[in-house]
Amino acid sequence: MSDITTRQVGIDLQESDDNRAIIDAIREDNPDLTVRRLPGLVKVQCPGRIVVNRETVEDKLGRDWETGEFQLAIVSCAGNFSEWDDDQIIVSWEH
Amino acid sequence: MATQKSKTRTRKLPLKQRYSLLTRDLDWEPSYVERDELFPYTSYEGIKIHDWNGWEDPFRLTVDAYYKYQAEKDKRLYAVLDGFAQGQGHLSLSDASYLNALKIFIQGVTPLEYAAHRHFAFLARYLEGPAPRFASLCQSVDELRHCQTQIHTISNYNKYYGGFHSWTTQKDRVWYLSVPKSFFDDAMTAGPFEFLIAISFSFEYLLTNLLFVPFMSGASFNGDLPTMSFGFSAQSDESRHMTLGLEAIKFLLEQDEGNVPIIQEWIDKWFWRAYRVAALVAAMMDYMLPREVTSWKEAFELYFEDQMLGGLFPDLEFYGITPPKHVDLAISEKEHLSHQAYKILHNFSFAAAFTTQTPTAEKMEWLSSAYPESFDEYYRPTWEKHARIEADGGRSFVEGLPQLCQVCQIPMAFTEPDDPTRLSLRHSEYQGETFHTCSDGCQWIFEREPEKYIQAWLPVHQIYQGNCGGPSVPEVLEWYGLQEGDNGEYKGSPDARAWAEWHGEPATAQAKES
Repeated sequence: MSDITTRQVGIDLQESDDNRAIIDAIREDNPDLTVRRLPGLVKVQCPGRIVVNRETVEDKLGRDWETGEFQLAIVSCAGNFSEWDDDQIIVSWEH
Repeated sequence: MATQKSKTRTRKLPLKQRYSLLTRDLDWEPSYVERDELFPYTSYEGIKIHDWNGWEDPFRLTVDAYYKYQAEKDKRLYAVLDGFAQGQGHLSLSDASYLNALKIFIQGVTPLEYAAHRHFAFLARYLEGPAPRFASLCQSVDELRHCQTQIHTISNYNKYYGGFHSWTTQKDRVWYLSVPKSFFDDAMTAGPFEFLIAISFSFEYLLTNLLFVPFMSGASFNGDLPTMSFGFSAQSDESRHMTLGLEAIKFLLEQDEGNVPIIQEWIDKWFWRAYRVAALVAAMMDYMLPREVTSWKEAFELYFEDQMLGGLFPDLEFYGITPPKHVDLAISEKEHLSHQAYKILHNFSFAAAFTTQTPTAEKMEWLSSAYPESFDEYYRPTWEKHARIEADGGRSFVEGLPQLCQVCQIPMAFTEPDDPTRLSLRHSEYQGETFHTCSDGCQWIFEREPEKYIQAWLPVHQIYQGNCGGPSVPEVLEWYGLQEGDNGEYKGSPDARAWAEWHGEPATAQAKES
């Protein structure tokens, strides 16, 4: 990989019971994450990239979870969805 | 807690493979018509596409997944609407004046959702690659859903409060609604690629956060749960639309070097067009929410300066794209935009489909803390003058008609970037006539395509030409579809009186007689 950018990427999520578990999972897999609460939503930001792993989310939720369900949680984003498959979603800047 | 992770997870094809089978593999080459005849609109803008398969949908959305998730979103929304109707939700707002922001939303934004639905349906037919066609189809269905859920949600307030009754007529007629309407009309009369850069990229990716995120945060904070819910439901689609916008621009830039300057000019134009529409949002956020969430300035810094200028544009630099022309003007206006926009609404609300009021002492304290460099010096004195006039039993409106900007159609009340006491006025000559614009941004847009903008339907000009119901104010207001109490001052309005009565005597709370 060429030089990896550390500019902030971000995802805004709705504040809900399921999403608290998803946010816990994102926090666990992205140690540099900052979490900011606004009325009704939660904004997470991280330098360079944010990874969402299906397995971690399933651990926190205690049930099966498809990465497609992430569509029910997102409000907004800053960054590219550079990966979205059955196991992982990655938001990052590309250049 | 131990998880019940299944060994029995149903085996499905991997997402990437499923997506490929359900999009590209369902496409075919035309055999009995020419390609140009099948796709006649994608050549005349000068954009060159060499390989439509270079387009990726990062969400890898397929039709089965799409309907499954959308059905779940609707189920959640309608559960909230039922709760609202059953729980007398119209009484739990922070204040009835909050609904003025919602009135602007249904008059100004809901028709844009419908317009977006129409044009994405067009793209879903005419873009040449199967992946962007399918992404456009989903977006078209989304936009129609947003339009419908907004109407449905907001109609619950119609039983109790004034001002929600004629918005479909008003969007074509009322002066300030020509601002959002002309923005979308401008995009829809451009070519398909310009539309994508205008709406998907410049509006949805660059600026839509400033509309939807603070708006639904504001709804949440002001007790309007139904609006917050349709906002969430719509906005979760919006993240997909933003991704479509980003994918569109990357795709076009990667296809051909020659596309870069064309796209740069579209970004320059549409950033400024979309930003001007956002002036209404700035006024709503700072002045029309009884309980404040974030200021326009704070939201602009977070969502535009940090995320877009700080994150996105360095990424696009790779392709030779620079931040939008006139972005420095927008930054220099962040201390002033909401105050100047709300002053216009306050001055002319006798002719608007909502009411306004002079900010209370508490509101001014908040504005002062949110805008330490501008509010006390430039705006507080005006509001204190209004408060003194009202204490003596008066209320001032500006009864004359303002000069409108030929491009953004906002009254010419914004100031010079380096001097907040001097109005910013620009003039251009075209075919022997003078045309007026409000800023360097709008003047640049006018002079780039004068033959388009001389055709603008400017409400003030139309009133003077006798096309708006008649020469007097009551005739124009009747033509707008306004009813008594929809417009003017909030204090003492039917909504304000009903609210006081309901909250003074909770046992007798009921729908007001219309």
